[in-house]
Amino acid sequence: MDDATAVARARAGDSDAFRLLVERHSRALFKLGYRMTGNEQDAEDVVQEAFLKAYRSLDRFEDRSQVGSWLYRIAANCAFDVLRKRQRRDSRNESLDVEDAPEPQAPEPGPERLALGADVRQRLESALERMSPRERAAFVLRHFEGRSVKEIEAALGIDTTSVKQSVCRAVRKAREVLAPLAGAVS
Amino acid sequence: MSHVNEDDLVLLHYREDAGADAQAHLEGCAECAERLQRLARTLALAEAPDVPEPGPDYGARVWARLQPQLGLPEPTAKVVPIRSRFWPRAVSVAALAAALVVAFLLGRRFPDAPQPLSAEVRERVLLVAVGEHLERSQMVLIELVNAPADERMNVKAQRAVADELVSANRLYRQTAVRSGEDSLVAVLEELERVLVEVAAGPDALAPQDVAELQRRIEARGLLFKVRVVGSQVRERERELAPRNVSSS
Repeated sequence: MDDATAVARARAGDSDAFRLLVERHSRALFKLGYRMTGNEQDAEDVVQEAFLKAYRSLDRFEDRSQVGSWLYRIAANCAFDVLRKRQRRDSRNESLDVEDAPEPQAPEPGPERLALGADVRQRLESALERMSPRERAAFVLRHFEGRSVKEIEAALGIDTTSVKQSVCRAVRKAREVLAPLAGAVS
Repeated sequence: MSHVNEDDLVLLHYREDAGADAQAHLEGCAECAERLQRLARTLALAEAPDVPEPGPDYGARVWARLQPQLGLPEPTAKVVPIRSRFWPRAVSVAALAAALVVAFLLGRRFPDAPQPLSAEVRERVLLVAVGEHLERSQMVLIELVNAPADERMNVKAQRAVADELVSANRLYRQTAVRSGEDSLVAVLEELERVLVEVAAGPDALAPQDVAELQRRIEARGLLFKVRVVGSQVRERERELAPRNVSSS
């Protein structure tokens, strides 16, 4: 059964058809959720919430759309929600507004350079943590997932200008910590 | 035109629209072309992080957790081998507890809907469910921590229970997040990591895996934290109990 048929049947109350969609797309959504949130549990929540939302909005699915893209957009939006909730929680704990946080400083390289791969991962992780939810979501979707600004706009529900600004700010943060390793400070 | 600004350079790198002027300038400016190359070299370092493998039956597990939340009939009961005296009620209690949380959340989300239970009663119901959940989770942790670390361990029973507890744990954690119960969220997050690991793992653990799991549980003081939070939940539950009795 193809995806479009499964959606049509699920809409008519066939739970096995929806089950098929869940089993077919869970892994892709988990991967997206993990990349966006950087956390396995949050990724699991993203998958769960995305399918719940998809089930409740089956009637709104437009037949000309791709089911995979539709689910992807819902999951990206759920992951964005997770990031925003995390920021609210963190800001309650730390009174730190990441959106207004100062630009990150590149970590000082240690006396001995770490293995490049580990160093890059560590620096990238620190840059991702310093990004606002919007910047992180936009960066992950643009840079890791190769989604266009238009697709990101649709997934996150924010306008083109905001997507572009978020990607640019996120790149600036990533670049500041990675440039020393690339030997390319411009 | 002056040189391409940093933001437009980023957009050009991703082949997004940066405006005709920026594109035209780039084509005739060696300096900006070099800046674009440097940017590309730097960003090439930022590779997507490795994603943990969720297991071949991941889709089926997602469905099993999703089904009750969709209001669909429960899946056919699976046969769970019961090894310990602790396990018999765990599965049904976890399912019931999850349903209670959903009821609790519905009550919070639609406060104007006819609601047979007062907020206080619902809170107590939730506390009872969370208390039971923490106790059962404690039992799983205790069995794992007390297992001999130098021999192979059959964790089939713990795995089945952990699998059920994960769903309930997730719901409690989400409820706690919504309620701003940060300390409970932190403990439930740590607990969930262990439960997920056990649930997604094999039926039998090699000695080194047992030792590693024990080390991680102990290093985080997880068992202690679950006990403390469990006792706080019980305490709160007791505080609410007399008022419920007198008001009913």
